[in-house]
Amino acid sequence: MSAAWTNIATSAHSLLERLPLLARDFTTDWLPESARWLANSLITIATVVVAFASLFALLTIVERKVLARVQNRPGPNRVGIPFTKIKLFGLGQPLADGIKMLTKEDIVPRAADQVLHFLAPVALLAFSILTFAVIPFGRQLVPLELDAGVLYFFAAGAATELAVFMAGWASHNKYSLLAAMRALAQLISYELPLLLSIVPVVMLAGSLSTVGIVEKQAGWTWGFVPHWHVFTPWGAAGFAIFFVAALAESNRSPFDRPEAESELIAGHLTEYSGFKYALFFMAEYFGMCALCGMGVTLFLGGWQAPLPFLEIIPSYFWFAAKLLTLLFVFMWIRATLPRLRIDQLTRLAWKFLVPLALINLGVAVFWALTADWTGAIRAIRWIVAGALIVGPFVLIGRKLSSGIAPRTYRYAT
Amino acid sequence: MLGSGLLQGLAVTAKNLVGSFHDPARLTTVEYPEQRTKLPEAYRNFPFLVSENATDPMGTLRCVACQICEKECPPQCIYIEKSKDKKPDATGRPQLYPTVFDIDTSVCMSCQICVEVCPFDAIKMDQVFEIATTDRFTALLLDREQLAKPNDYYHTIHPTEAAEVDARLAAERKAAAEKAAAAAAKAAAAKPAAVAGLGEAGAPGSSTPATTKPPAA
Amino acid sequence: MIASGLQTTGAHVREVHDDFHGDLLEVSMGPHHPSTHGVFRMQVTLDGETIVKLKPVFGYLHRNHEKLGENTSYLGSMPYTDRLDYLNSMTNNWAYALAVEKLAGQPVPERAEYLRIILAELTRLLNHTCLAGFLLQDSGASGTPLMYAFREREKILDLFESLSGSRMMCNFQRFGGCRTDASPEWLAAAKKLTDGYGAFLDEYERLITGNEILMARTQGVGVLKPDLAISAGITGPMLRATGVDYDLRKVDAYGFYSRFAFRVPLGDHGDTYDRYMIRVLEMRESIEILQQAFRDLPAGPIMDPKAKLRGFRPKTGEAYGRIEGPKGEIGFYLISDGTPNPYRYRVRPPSLINLTVLEDLCLGHTVADAVIILGSIDIVLGEVDR
Repeated sequence: MSAAWTNIATSAHSLLERLPLLARDFTTDWLPESARWLANSLITIATVVVAFASLFALLTIVERKVLARVQNRPGPNRVGIPFTKIKLFGLGQPLADGIKMLTKEDIVPRAADQVLHFLAPVALLAFSILTFAVIPFGRQLVPLELDAGVLYFFAAGAATELAVFMAGWASHNKYSLLAAMRALAQLISYELPLLLSIVPVVMLAGSLSTVGIVEKQAGWTWGFVPHWHVFTPWGAAGFAIFFVAALAESNRSPFDRPEAESELIAGHLTEYSGFKYALFFMAEYFGMCALCGMGVTLFLGGWQAPLPFLEIIPSYFWFAAKLLTLLFVFMWIRATLPRLRIDQLTRLAWKFLVPLALINLGVAVFWALTADWTGAIRAIRWIVAGALIVGPFVLIGRKLSSGIAPRTYRYAT
Repeated sequence: MLGSGLLQGLAVTAKNLVGSFHDPARLTTVEYPEQRTKLPEAYRNFPFLVSENATDPMGTLRCVACQICEKECPPQCIYIEKSKDKKPDATGRPQLYPTVFDIDTSVCMSCQICVEVCPFDAIKMDQVFEIATTDRFTALLLDREQLAKPNDYYHTIHPTEAAEVDARLAAERKAAAEKAAAAAAKAAAAKPAAVAGLGEAGAPGSSTPATTKPPAA
Repeated sequence: MIASGLQTTGAHVREVHDDFHGDLLEVSMGPHHPSTHGVFRMQVTLDGETIVKLKPVFGYLHRNHEKLGENTSYLGSMPYTDRLDYLNSMTNNWAYALAVEKLAGQPVPERAEYLRIILAELTRLLNHTCLAGFLLQDSGASGTPLMYAFREREKILDLFESLSGSRMMCNFQRFGGCRTDASPEWLAAAKKLTDGYGAFLDEYERLITGNEILMARTQGVGVLKPDLAISAGITGPMLRATGVDYDLRKVDAYGFYSRFAFRVPLGDHGDTYDRYMIRVLEMRESIEILQQAFRDLPAGPIMDPKAKLRGFRPKTGEAYGRIEGPKGEIGFYLISDGTPNPYRYRVRPPSLINLTVLEDLCLGHTVADAVIILGSIDIVLGEVDR
């Protein structure tokens, strides 16, 4: 009896698990072999773009809601279904925003470089969509299985800053230009810790393939501690560095220097209006989603379930859950922290994150060399690795924050 | 350690995020058109003219066109034209009255000085604040008819203040009536054949029908 | 100059600017700019992002305030003073009332003096809370501290509204007292707010004061030297942040401030962080003053019975009334020629005078710093331009 149930459960689970692929194959089955490949690719691309475009729509409202709730406001809650009184907690807001953006006048400054001004949002969006190609959204659900997927991801991701620079330059606006300069400085500074933080992952997984890296993180110690990279000393440190660098790469607070609305109006977006502005916005969120997806893939076990018995839930669900959690943390940080100045920002990258990432590389080497330690000396392995990370963090952190401290004040007598 | 301040800040925002769902002290938003707070009694917006009787607002304005408010108004937004003739006011005494009383609410800054300087308690501050209009010239220039509101309305928006004013006015009128009666008695004593009933006109006249509604703004 | 940590150790303005070294960039920040606190314009010349020249341009909000004062009666100027520094109408009212009372030799009843102190300290809470919010907003904190600040500010505004009838344009003080008396309910509500304010400040400080990013952004940025501050006539928290002990509440002891026990916090660096922290500490002292005022508030009339509302004609003479406003010394100078209108009406606006050192504070810092330095000066354009 119970065996039969288990059987049914397993087959139901595997059906759910394979459902996206089955649906795709069902749709394209009738095509000849040569056309099927193309159709399959197109369907995959369409699915990814539609999925993330709707995620973007959802994120805009969720971000505003989260920000609002943190600030003790209800947030946008007026727009629901048109022509009715149903408000749906304001979930119709993205739709209304979209219509507004589409119908707004598209203003191009006369002095702007017309071609580049038009190309910048297109290029930005294109590059950020490219990055989705190698992220494994679930078991066997990867749009493009590249052997050097990680390399491809960061190459495509780095190109987005080029588009920001393009926008800033083409706008022929001083604020935009300053923003463009900041964006470039930020790009050069943060690309390095971002890449250095993932080198240990590539090293220990022995693969540049995103699928391979996720599969390396399968399994559990003692049946409940997943083998995700974040649960190792080097993985935790690497994830932290990756996370900070990802915040900077996606121009999010506290590193939203290029857009710094209190200084540069809207930075590189100053001269953009209407749908082009919306494209920038979309690209920014796509970039954020892609970086979070990569973080999930590299450090948080990708689509792996956190506990063995939870494997019954399809893998793509776990990926989505982890992705949304990371995005929530992005929003939470945005709601809390003020912004760093550009020189402090670059200094943070070069003097803090890069050295730590290099040290972390050493820790990863130590971890790889001591992989066969067993028994009690495993504890020593943990202690040594932990000390190698925490020690430099405290020391470099102290150097970095020298001169800044809470103060005590005196009172007039 | 570097980052402890950041984590503390994150803890505070997390507390507020959760708190905004269950703690009314944190989520203080009032969603305006549906929910409204009760206006405090002292709230003031633009002035209105008090009339004693809702059925005949123009005939029973307390204003006697003394033009003190016109003179004292800091932004000079009041314009008054005195009448040539005299009409009996609520107490029956013949008084001048404003033939034109305009307030330009696009200029008025709601300072309440006209109310303070008015010796006749004839102008008071209104509480209607939903005054948006599509016509910024004529619609914002309020004339005598638009400004006049009955005493009952004054009672509904500033109850304690209105009660004070009414008590004071009643006392003044009573004193005036007594004085008039005394004068009449004196006159009657001096000239017994004189016309009787002069004192009747001085009866307190603040009794307006209770059913009158404030005019819609 | 090489800075080791996140902190900048000082200005680094390049000496030579020629073709070889590259062009300077002139940016006109304002009058339409998200963080110039109104229609204020900073004509900045940038070397990269470093400011080499900064010219403040104002007057966009000029309303002829002083000339209007000469053409309005003494009472008629009172509502106009609300609109100088529209965050602090209560203290503006008080300063003006003080000047006229000096001019006319008008005494003020004790209860009114206490009520004035209560309202002034509530205004100080309000202003400093707003400033803390704005400053954090300028440094890019996505509105969260600002919203918390405004949540508390709204409670004070509610108090003002229920007392004076208007949230911001209070028009509450009169020559010889206050316009209306505070009811026991109002006093209870104000006391409740005061009692809860410390908890709000604690939470606010947990959120932001120890924040490394804020400290890195503000410490060592926009340092004002005490001698420059004194020679430029800087007053208020900005002066005290440089370490100069000058608080009119102690120096002049106007009103009944001499009866209150409170301390004057002083900074040692004169930088943006000090200016922020001095205000936070002043708020804590204000709470102390308020507690004492609620305890000692005497009964009695709120208005001097001999005070005249209409036909007010002070004798010929001149007077200067000043108080310690939340932004600094707010003063009114009046000359009377015996007519109902003052012969001369002059405002000493703390915002304008504190703003004069903006360029000295900003030189050598970046655009990002200029914004928060401007925020820490605490200006209201209604008062700067008048």
